[in-house]
Amino acid sequence: MTIIWIIAAVMLTTAAILTMFRLLAGPSTLDRLVALDALVAVTMCAIGTWAAFSLDTTVTYGLTALALISFVGSVSVARFRVPDIDKRRSAGRPR
Amino acid sequence: MRVLDIAAAVLVLGGSSLALTAAIGVVRFPDTLTRMHAATKPQVLGLLLVLAGAAIRLRGNADVGMVILTGLFTLITAPVVANRVGQLAYREQNIRDDLLTRDEMHEFAENRETGGNGQN
Repeated sequence: MTIIWIIAAVMLTTAAILTMFRLLAGPSTLDRLVALDALVAVTMCAIGTWAAFSLDTTVTYGLTALALISFVGSVSVARFRVPDIDKRRSAGRPR
Repeated sequence: MRVLDIAAAVLVLGGSSLALTAAIGVVRFPDTLTRMHAATKPQVLGLLLVLAGAAIRLRGNADVGMVILTGLFTLITAPVVANRVGQLAYREQNIRDDLLTRDEMHEFAENRETGGNGQN
């Protein structure tokens, strides 16, 4: 039975590392925003897996708080960020 | 109950594999819209599967309500964020036109500029 939890933890860790690569390497701000959203969701998956494994219910409040904070953060970044200026690609296009 | 624990473990395993699929899609796909497609859909389903597994494991506890609340909140907020990001990516032309099979937003804008065809 424990092997299932170990496999889930390894998969979630791999997912977090891959998403972190896109977060660091993403060419535009929106790519980073998408990657950050994915990273938060992987973190929430990991917290849920920990709660299911250890039967520890104190982390479930953190799960809800993380969902709220991630929504507010993503919407704020999408609303208030400074647009990327890529002169090579957007030459002649109206913005 | 042994059966319920096994069901919870299988649900958590499926959710983790969906999260891994989303991460691979985020790394491998070529532009912002496809990355967002890969990041939002399997991720919400994976999170819901993991939360269902956790709720089954934690059955009878009062804190299961928080888990269900988290699932509902994710279901409500994920489309909002995806809509904002997709619209921004389209507006800044941060997409690859050759990967689009149909560009309905462009058709809509053209229709509106030329006065439309009387239907909208």
